[in-house]
Amino acid sequence: MMQADLTSISWLSLAVWLPVLSGVLVLLLGGDHKATLTRWLTLAGSLVSFLVTLPLYTLFDVQDGFFQFEELLPWVPAFNMHYHLGVDGFSMPLVLLTSFTTVIVVLAGWEVITKHIAQYMAAFLIMSGIMIGVFTALDAILYYVFWEAMLIPMFLVIGIWGGPNRVYATIKFFLYTLLGSLLMLVAFIYLYHQTGSFELADYYLLPLSMQAQIYIFIAFFMAFAVKIPMWPVHTWLPDAHVEAPTGGSVVLAAIALKLGGYSFLRFAMPIAPDAAHYFSTAMIVLSLIAVVYIALVALVQKDMKKLIAYSSISHMGFVTLGFFMFSQLALEGAVVQMISHGFISSAMFLSVGVLYDRVHSREISAYGGVVNKMPVFAAFAVLFAMANSGLPGTSGFVGEFMVILAAVKFNFWVAFFAATTLIFGAAYTLWMTKRVFFGNVTNHHVAELSDLNKREFLILGILALLVIGFGVYPQPLTEVMQATSAEFLKHMAISKLPVTGY
Amino acid sequence: MDNMQFDLLALLPELVVLGMAMFILLLDLFILPQNRFMIYGLSQFTLFAAAFFTFKTHTPAVGFAFSQMFIDDTLSDVIKLMMYLGTSLILVYTRKYLQDRNLYRGEFYAMVLFGLLGMMIMVSGHNMLTIYIGLELLSLCLYSLVAFDRDNPKASESAMKYFVLGALASGMLLYGMSMLYGMTGSLDVSDIANSIAQQPKSPVLILGLVFVVAGLAFKFGAVPFQMWVPDVYQGSPTPMTLLIGSVPKLAAYAMTVRLLVQGLHPLAMDWQDMLVLMAVLSIIIGNFSAIVQTNLKRMLAYSTISHVGFIMFGMMSANANGFASSFFYISTYVLMSIAGFGIILLLSRQGFEAEEINDLKGLNQRHPWFAFLMLIIMFSMAGIPPTVGFYAKFTVLQAAWQAGFTWQVVLAVLMATIGAFYYLNIVRKMYFDAPEDHTPLTAPVDMRFILSVHSLALLGLGLFPEVLLGVCGHSLLISLQ
Repeated sequence: MMQADLTSISWLSLAVWLPVLSGVLVLLLGGDHKATLTRWLTLAGSLVSFLVTLPLYTLFDVQDGFFQFEELLPWVPAFNMHYHLGVDGFSMPLVLLTSFTTVIVVLAGWEVITKHIAQYMAAFLIMSGIMIGVFTALDAILYYVFWEAMLIPMFLVIGIWGGPNRVYATIKFFLYTLLGSLLMLVAFIYLYHQTGSFELADYYLLPLSMQAQIYIFIAFFMAFAVKIPMWPVHTWLPDAHVEAPTGGSVVLAAIALKLGGYSFLRFAMPIAPDAAHYFSTAMIVLSLIAVVYIALVALVQKDMKKLIAYSSISHMGFVTLGFFMFSQLALEGAVVQMISHGFISSAMFLSVGVLYDRVHSREISAYGGVVNKMPVFAAFAVLFAMANSGLPGTSGFVGEFMVILAAVKFNFWVAFFAATTLIFGAAYTLWMTKRVFFGNVTNHHVAELSDLNKREFLILGILALLVIGFGVYPQPLTEVMQATSAEFLKHMAISKLPVTGY
Repeated sequence: MDNMQFDLLALLPELVVLGMAMFILLLDLFILPQNRFMIYGLSQFTLFAAAFFTFKTHTPAVGFAFSQMFIDDTLSDVIKLMMYLGTSLILVYTRKYLQDRNLYRGEFYAMVLFGLLGMMIMVSGHNMLTIYIGLELLSLCLYSLVAFDRDNPKASESAMKYFVLGALASGMLLYGMSMLYGMTGSLDVSDIANSIAQQPKSPVLILGLVFVVAGLAFKFGAVPFQMWVPDVYQGSPTPMTLLIGSVPKLAAYAMTVRLLVQGLHPLAMDWQDMLVLMAVLSIIIGNFSAIVQTNLKRMLAYSTISHVGFIMFGMMSANANGFASSFFYISTYVLMSIAGFGIILLLSRQGFEAEEINDLKGLNQRHPWFAFLMLIIMFSMAGIPPTVGFYAKFTVLQAAWQAGFTWQVVLAVLMATIGAFYYLNIVRKMYFDAPEDHTPLTAPVDMRFILSVHSLALLGLGLFPEVLLGVCGHSLLISLQ
């Protein structure tokens, strides 16, 4: 009885609209002169928004590989658009990651942000709702609306609270992403005229000629590759990351990049499966370039945030690599990698934020011997650095290992180049850690450092628990996506060139 | 005699506007300047009354008057209602500006109402002469309104430009009409269509068509007839720019439907090619030129040219889907442009015109709410969801795609990205830069309130576009049957 009552609630609508409404509320009630109220209101909003996503996990049926918690309402009958939400094993963990990260971001900006605090907090709440919308929309236009709407708050976050070169970075970010997504819109228009609907399910069933599939795949690729970002359209990311405030970097790295990866699974690959197979070699090569070449680029960075940004691109290369090997192990490894990278990159950016708030420099050379003044912080930072380089026992290891294992079966050389990441990743992360944290205290800024306060300890502590938790026991994560990934591969194996069925 | 009665009934809204415009003109002679609010109130009342009668006398059936010279169908009723709304908003937003500059006179309101009357006649014209008379009535009012501030040399200059080029365009339109008359022997829109369908294509017909299309393109401001737009937009006092740039586009749309669709549909293959070329060029030239502007009004002028390109994207599909999407685009464009100029009027004050893009600097710190409204307007113009501007672009693009214009659609989305840049630039000035001007922003309560509702409507319509989409599609379909 209880169970039936719980399932009748529209959890997904709550997950999307609660944060948006709390954001509007914060805008209306908060303000610079009411900073304390604004902060607590935002925290309450983000916590409630996080709590309403938990039932998605507890009530999730792991045996079901199709969409769950579906909500379907007519929206724009003139164009046959629907308000259609639903989650499967791929999107459900990402929804939870989003709502969780928002809480972290709110805490991270607690005392740090003093300028336009209500707008800052509201932007992140609204963004959280919109991103959950992207992960749950099953109607192409609904998805597109969420996808584009996300640009607006992000544009403002980087532009208002960012670093010195923020205007250039944020406009570059916006235009890059917009160009890609408009081509995706053209693909949707094409599909609409083929099927007369914007339902994702109809697109999955639509037989398409090879030429049409190739064009569709390219259009989607333009949108998603920019977002992930894949080499060679990654250049907006380091700029945006460096200039963004800590919260902005965290959201970008932990969630925004996943939007691109997720969308490959939801749109590009199932709608155009033959083209996905056709382009798989090219995609694998691009992914490997990201893994190897971008890791080398990361090695020479002088700016900590830039280094982590390049490291993100390199790690996302693993995700796309996992997608295009078409094996269950690789696919699940890629999704695990997305989630784990969400935690680790958040933690890394937050660690840089901790230092930046005290010294106001992101240069590696401005630090040295931090461990002498901040031992607790250094312990956390080293843990996250280890996780970033894929140490067994941390969540960073699980996904990478699964993908590399699948790659060995797929092709030796792919596995060989993919595995180099374990070396390069360790090299750039640990070298940075060594230069920043160890050695003697190099200057008076470092000498004046004080260790973590309670708030910072709380944030980093939670993330550390998650990183180790999923590293030791990844079962809850892999379990929910098993049925979905099996269905996905079954669908991908059927050519769409003749008549097909899901 | 019965017939005459029906004729007048179909014309009821026009008669109301005409009578009230003359009454206002006379009344203004007899009231004291401090009571001028009465004139303003009466003008708003006129619009309300006209809306009431238009709504009340509406029937789904098509009504004709004066031997089919005047048509009263669903499309004309819907467009007229939109015009009343647009004009009413314009009157609200311009009042303070006019008061500050000693332009708050009865003639302004009479002229606006006469111009509205001209547009209403254009919308309901079912005969080339009626359409032309309506167009000229509108144009004459606009010419004189641009020169309304007679001590302003820039305004006089742009009035002159507007007049000379406008008269040229009217001449072209009239010349084209005369050729069509020569070939078909009728001025009636339906008769022309029937006659053309029965005769072989001749060079004279095509030449007539070319002149008609050129005249229409001039009124829209489409490339290559766009030269007047930036100069007139920039030189005119902002309220007049608002008048020129918004509601008349609806009338131009109606005129296009009457002439090209209802009258010249047998020649669709020929005018389609012309529209394709103008649409593509308008989008390219409009967007690229807008990037480099520093004057806000001039930038909006070029952005108008690119919007006109998108509007033509719907029309060039030459089917009901395409024209319905153009209609939707124009309705949203009119709403967006009135709101955008509303913000400019709001920032201006006595002795200061907020015309440069830099005047928007730091608006978020000066007044976060107005900055937020302008943010919605700019993103709507750029076509970013969840604002209504997205659906405007979406509908015309899907119509063009359906009609087979594949590469044009791809080009248009590339240009939309370029367009986004200069709208973003405005947002950037408002949010990322520090203010240079710290004068507090004051505006009458009604203007603040209505502007807020108006701008939020762009967001609301973006979340729930069904109503407006339905109205536009439905009214056009009924009228084309």
